Amino acid sequence: MSIQQTFYEAMREHGITRRSFLKFCSLTAAGLGMGPEFAGKIAHALETKPRTPVIWLHGLECTCCTESFIRSGHPLAADVILSMISLDYDDTIMAAAGHQAEEILEQTVEKYDGNFILACEGNPPLNEDGMYCIQAGKPYIEKLRHMADHCKAIIAWGSCASWGCVQAAKPNPTRAVPIHKVITDKPIIKVPGCPPIAEVMTGVITYMLTFDRFPELDRQGRPKMFYSQRLHDKCYRRPHFDAGQFVERFDDEGARKGYCLYKVGCKGPTTYNACSTVEWNGGLSWPVKSGHGCLGCAEDNFWDRGSFYSAVTNLNVPGGVEATADKVGAVLAGAAAVGVAAHAAASVISHTKDSNKGDSSHE
Amino acid sequence: MSSNVASGPHDSANQKAVYVFEAPVRLWHWLHTLSFLVLAVTGYLIANPLPALNGEASDHFLMGNIRMIHFIAAYVFAIGFAVRIYWALVGNRFAREIFYLPFWRGAWWKGLFYELRFYSFLTRKQHKTLGHNPLAQMAMFLFNTLGTVFMIVSGFALYGEGLGTDSWADRLFGWVIPLLGGSEATHNWHNMIMWVMIMFVIIHIYMAVRADIISRESSVSTIIGGWRMFKDDQP
Ligand code: HEM
Ligand code: SF4
Ligand code: SF4
Repeated sequence: MSIQQTFYEAMREHGITRRSFLKFCSLTAAGLGMGPEFAGKIAHALETKPRTPVIWLHGLECTCCTESFIRSGHPLAADVILSMISLDYDDTIMAAAGHQAEEILEQTVEKYDGNFILACEGNPPLNEDGMYCIQAGKPYIEKLRHMADHCKAIIAWGSCASWGCVQAAKPNPTRAVPIHKVITDKPIIKVPGCPPIAEVMTGVITYMLTFDRFPELDRQGRPKMFYSQRLHDKCYRRPHFDAGQFVERFDDEGARKGYCLYKVGCKGPTTYNACSTVEWNGGLSWPVKSGHGCLGCAEDNFWDRGSFYSAVTNLNVPGGVEATADKVGAVLAGAAAVGVAAHAAASVISHTKDSNKGDSSHE
Repeated sequence: MSSNVASGPHDSANQKAVYVFEAPVRLWHWLHTLSFLVLAVTGYLIANPLPALNGEASDHFLMGNIRMIHFIAAYVFAIGFAVRIYWALVGNRFAREIFYLPFWRGAWWKGLFYELRFYSFLTRKQHKTLGHNPLAQMAMFLFNTLGTVFMIVSGFALYGEGLGTDSWADRLFGWVIPLLGGSEATHNWHNMIMWVMIMFVIIHIYMAVRADIISRESSVSTIIGGWRMFKDDQP
């Protein structure tokens, strides 16, 4: 194996035919929303560019990102991409194990210093010096820092690596933190979701490997091509939202007719993801299509916002008070009304007293 | 009402009047009130929609209309406020009062504590005020001025989500969303500050009417006609 192997050579080595390779290139161009002429560009890049190794690390996580990834809707895409990335390191799906596996990390650092992509699934816990996640006898945070030091760029897979997700939800006993809180000197692309959609993951990684840069990112570091719209903006139930036709209960007539799920807590209006366009399991369905609201899994802190089943959710005021704006508001407005009434009564009494005494209230 | 008059003849010739609220300020006050009312009602209905309608989706546009009215009122609210800021710069000194707190002035703090005592019935003596007394000015600044700024900024940030990334609203105000903790949190804070402003409105109306009845100067008629009238000629 020559050091400067191209992607194409690596794929051929793994039994991918040229025909499949070209199909993959046009599929990817379409998946990324590019014109047909880009298929040729992708093919050319993969044929001529030296392969960029991908190291896939796992911190505190549930492996749903990997599970999603290896089920990419198009089997061809999965094959091709796996042949591109599993070559190096992914402790869940690689053949090597134990010391042998850990050695690969050091070899990659030596051979490709500053030239490999670090894909992070899950996140590091910081409490107790990182003892809540030990790999190869060391806290995960050390492994992450070490690999991040030598990588070119980082992909934060899923809501764990991007935002913190369930292990960082209150009270976060292990003090799990997203990647960008501990690695601040490397470019990071966030691909949130619990898990992210397979086609989104393969799309992002193919783009990066092909063009050797990040796709365009939004303010919060997410690729615009998949995260620039809310589910609500492309939801097929949106006409029912605009009409004012809502499911009030999961067993009512509206639910049977497929009305909008806003009032039973759909988080589509506040969630940036591609579920309503790309859908899940190869375009088979997505939560709203199956009659359940979105939980907002691709958004920061979605576990701690209160009910998944109401439209108005917790304010999360610092100090741990859990109440919705409508509840706090009703108390505030009620208190103001009562206060005003009491003050008015007191004013009348004090005023009458003054009049009786015959003195004036403003001397 | 006779007890309100300290001493001396109480005839109109004796009343001193000062022109406090210029026409643009008064016009803005009522435009602001009206648009706030529309925004609060439609906003409440966005957060808590009406019972579902039956029939074809294409037969109705209820939620769409409620949102459209919210957005039209929002433009009135925001443009009105922008013009009001301009007037603060060119108008009389009372036009500036709601935009700052003169916390560097000892007299202002003294006045504030005096008003607090007055409204807690701890003192009978009533000061005369031309514009806002320090307590009123503080409430006005904190709840109305800052509240309005917050509602406009968070509102247009949410509006930018609908217009799309890279729309003018997203470019100008989109940064607020991550700052407030995401889209859902922005919705919730936009909703919460509405309630804070409603609380202010309740107290504001009470104070204005109360002042009109038992203080030494006009209040409700001042925001309608612009002139502050005094019911006595004591200092
Ligand atoms: C004091 C003035 C305002 C009040 C009282 C008000 C009130 C509200 C309330 C209660 C909501 C529902 C929040 C939720 O989803 O839980 C809302 C939503 C919204 N408001 Fe306002 N708002 C005001 C000003 C504005 C302004 C100036 C804009 C700018 C365009 C604006 C744009 C929006 C948008 C885009 C939404 C979300 C609509 C949706 O989710 O479909 N608001 N408003
Ligand atoms: S079901 Fe959810 S995403 Fe779809 S229109 Fe209703 S609120 Fe929006
Ligand atoms: S519909 Fe919502 S909760 Fe479900 S996967 Fe998509 S973003 Fe996550």
